[in-house]
Amino acid sequence: MIPANGPLPLDAPSPGSSFTDLLDSMGALPRWNIPPGENAPSAPEGTTVLALRYQGGVVMAGDRRATEGHLVAHRRIRKVFPADRYSAVAIAGTAGLAIDMVRLFQVELEHYEKIEGVRLSLEGKASFLARLVRNQLPMAIQGLVVVPMFAGYSEADQTGRLFSFDVVGGRYEEIDFGSTGSGSRLAKSYLRTVYRDDLSADEAADLAVRALVSASQEDTATGGPDLRRGIYPNVLRIDEDGLVELPDDVVGPLAEGAVETIR
Amino acid sequence: MTIPFYVAPEQLVRDKAEFARKGIARGRSILALEYADGVVLIAENPSSALHKISEVYDRIAFAGVGKYNEFETLRKAGIRQADLMGYLYSRDDVTAMSLATQFAQTMGVIFTRDPKPFEVELLLAEISSDGAEHRLFRVTYDGTLFEERNFVAIGGKSEQLEEALEDLWSADMDLDSALEAGKQAFQQAEGRDSEGWEIAVLDSTNGRRAFRRISTETSPAAGKEPAQPESESPE
Repeated sequence: MIPANGPLPLDAPSPGSSFTDLLDSMGALPRWNIPPGENAPSAPEGTTVLALRYQGGVVMAGDRRATEGHLVAHRRIRKVFPADRYSAVAIAGTAGLAIDMVRLFQVELEHYEKIEGVRLSLEGKASFLARLVRNQLPMAIQGLVVVPMFAGYSEADQTGRLFSFDVVGGRYEEIDFGSTGSGSRLAKSYLRTVYRDDLSADEAADLAVRALVSASQEDTATGGPDLRRGIYPNVLRIDEDGLVELPDDVVGPLAEGAVETIR
Repeated sequence: MTIPFYVAPEQLVRDKAEFARKGIARGRSILALEYADGVVLIAENPSSALHKISEVYDRIAFAGVGKYNEFETLRKAGIRQADLMGYLYSRDDVTAMSLATQFAQTMGVIFTRDPKPFEVELLLAEISSDGAEHRLFRVTYDGTLFEERNFVAIGGKSEQLEEALEDLWSADMDLDSALEAGKQAFQQAEGRDSEGWEIAVLDSTNGRRAFRRISTETSPAAGKEPAQPESESPE
């Protein structure tokens, strides 16, 4: 099933532009076959990620902690990824499965773009991600849950849009903000009190970092900024000019400001 | 039951080659030339929807002349292969060299096995991550693979184009002068004005995905896509 060094197969699985279907046709996608009642192994879990819309775009952010039970598994894990030039995906839940899902999603979007000559619509990308989540359902029932968030700039609507998902692959568009992971309720409670429709990009990034800091105060699985080690949240901003990751020298002061004012 | 006539293999190969060459000669040519930051690919193409040049992988571009459906089939097979290799191993493990040999094998098999050979000629260009080293490959209808230096042309007028470029091309040209040299080579080879250009570059200053189309109505800088974010991979 791994490509050999021979003539290229000229036939593609229908519809022909999906990389995931290509993998599936080769038997290279994982096929879950866990007997019922077996206990899933314990694996590191990613915690709080969030996204919020502002005037002309969307900001997505995530803390850096992964936990395994009550222990800190990773201090500087990345949970917010660029999906392509105009969209990003964030993950919560079993980190190993989620990161693999992101990798497949990234290749899928680029593959489609190269084969078809155009990018998928933002909604098309969200639908595809929902399908990937649904494929994980057997694992979710075993307790290895992956719940992503998806945000991007819609070239058709000329606005930022964001989608949250549930464990069975349900897809829900949010009009203002969304969050998933263990600290998501705390983050959403914070955002609910401060969110405005006319936020600027800088204000949105500031609120995103503050919401994460706020969540980290009560949820032990959410990592606050580690000022001594210089570990700050990952913050991505997407607008009509594409996707930018805010560098540490921008996020650092935001995180310090949030830590200083929090009660 | 009819017994097929015996045809000598020499005759068969000659006939197929002549057939393929005729088909290719009907199409318009494409050339690729190196410049300071990468490789520019220039095709004469009146259509703005049907592309002859396209992106295969981060630093690899593809161009085909001849029958559209045939090189399109090969292009898609190449993209599938590149994405598979990059996904199963690493993005660094996808090379133009390996793709070019696979295109050559594919076309070689089709040439000998199928009653009708592919009437196409392919070009693969690759730049290294610092843009200092370029590779240009040409695959002909019978699966012969050539590695070229500095510039390469495919299609009916390829010999005339390469002849013209001998004088026009020089090392370390900037993009504008490389484009000018390429367009002038077409002018000399065809002896007429172009009916429309399709232009793309592999530019090492473009980020991870080096491929970029250049709008022909405006300056080379216009219509620039945002760079692919660097922190692309989850690792």
